[in-house]
Amino acid sequence: MFLKGVKDGLPIGIGYFAVSFSFGIAGSKFMSWFLVTFISMTNLTSAGQFAGLNIMVDAAGTFLEMAIATFFINLRYSLMAITLSQKVSSDFTTPYRLLLATGITDEIFAVSMSQQNRVTPRYFFGLMVLPYIGWSLGTLTGAVSGEILPSWITNALGVALYGMFVAIVVPPCKKHLSTLIVVLVAIALSLAFKYVPVLQGVSYGFSIIICAVVASLFGAMFFPVKESDDEP
Amino acid sequence: MNLREYFAFLMVMAGVTFLLRAVPFVLLKGKLSNPFVKSFLAYIPCTVLAAMTVPAIFYSTDSMLSGVLALVTAVVASLFRFGLVGVALVACCTVLFIDGLWPMFF
Repeated sequence: MFLKGVKDGLPIGIGYFAVSFSFGIAGSKFMSWFLVTFISMTNLTSAGQFAGLNIMVDAAGTFLEMAIATFFINLRYSLMAITLSQKVSSDFTTPYRLLLATGITDEIFAVSMSQQNRVTPRYFFGLMVLPYIGWSLGTLTGAVSGEILPSWITNALGVALYGMFVAIVVPPCKKHLSTLIVVLVAIALSLAFKYVPVLQGVSYGFSIIICAVVASLFGAMFFPVKESDDEP
Repeated sequence: MNLREYFAFLMVMAGVTFLLRAVPFVLLKGKLSNPFVKSFLAYIPCTVLAAMTVPAIFYSTDSMLSGVLALVTAVVASLFRFGLVGVALVACCTVLFIDGLWPMFF
């Protein structure tokens, strides 16, 4: 069971390596490779970590802002944890749940839920091993590269993470008009926080929170997601 | 930011993330049925990523032109389903071309 998990986790691990490489590059602008890698090893989130990094290095960033931003950006993991807790085997006891909860990411969750049988602790642990290693090692490689590569290359690699964000957001927008509208609302708000003088005082973390929460509330109100729909 | 602040911020970030995963995993056995909450949570990833990308990408490179064009080429590449790494490479190449090669020859 453990080995089947490891095998199923391989493609996730490779994908994570690429994404976290870009995170490592982004982080190397602000701190040493060790500190960047340690963020990845303790968090195992993509958007949450990146927002967290920006709040950390923002002179105006506060702990409250960090807590609230992390809460809203990563709240979806709670939803996954609830769903997953109904899919796991009876020997998935509380100690196992505490140890392996960090493995609840979008991709690992999706693969776990696609299993025919109940998810055992051994399988879940096997499944999260390579993604965890890929995520940490990718960050390390990116951060070290960011320190040693010439600036014209790191300048170009700096947009890689944003490119991946675009690659995640665009396909569901193409599929559902409702998602496109909700995303455009978030972008419009984000632009307002950057360019409207009265709003410019709002710090990075809070502006992301407000944009995402207001746009998502708008979406939930006017375009409720149907049970059978894919997640936007 | 000094090392103490780094670890304090890290503990807040990692702590909140862990609790969000572990508490429902250990305690909640029911099924979430409220469609409003479900829809809200379903929209969060896309809205967060969109807000983090625009307008930050415009200022992430040496010139605003390369940042804007990187967004445009990334969106086009996504529409053609280039995949995560493919889209990232297209965006990087755009910046490499505008900020790196263009000034060398023109």
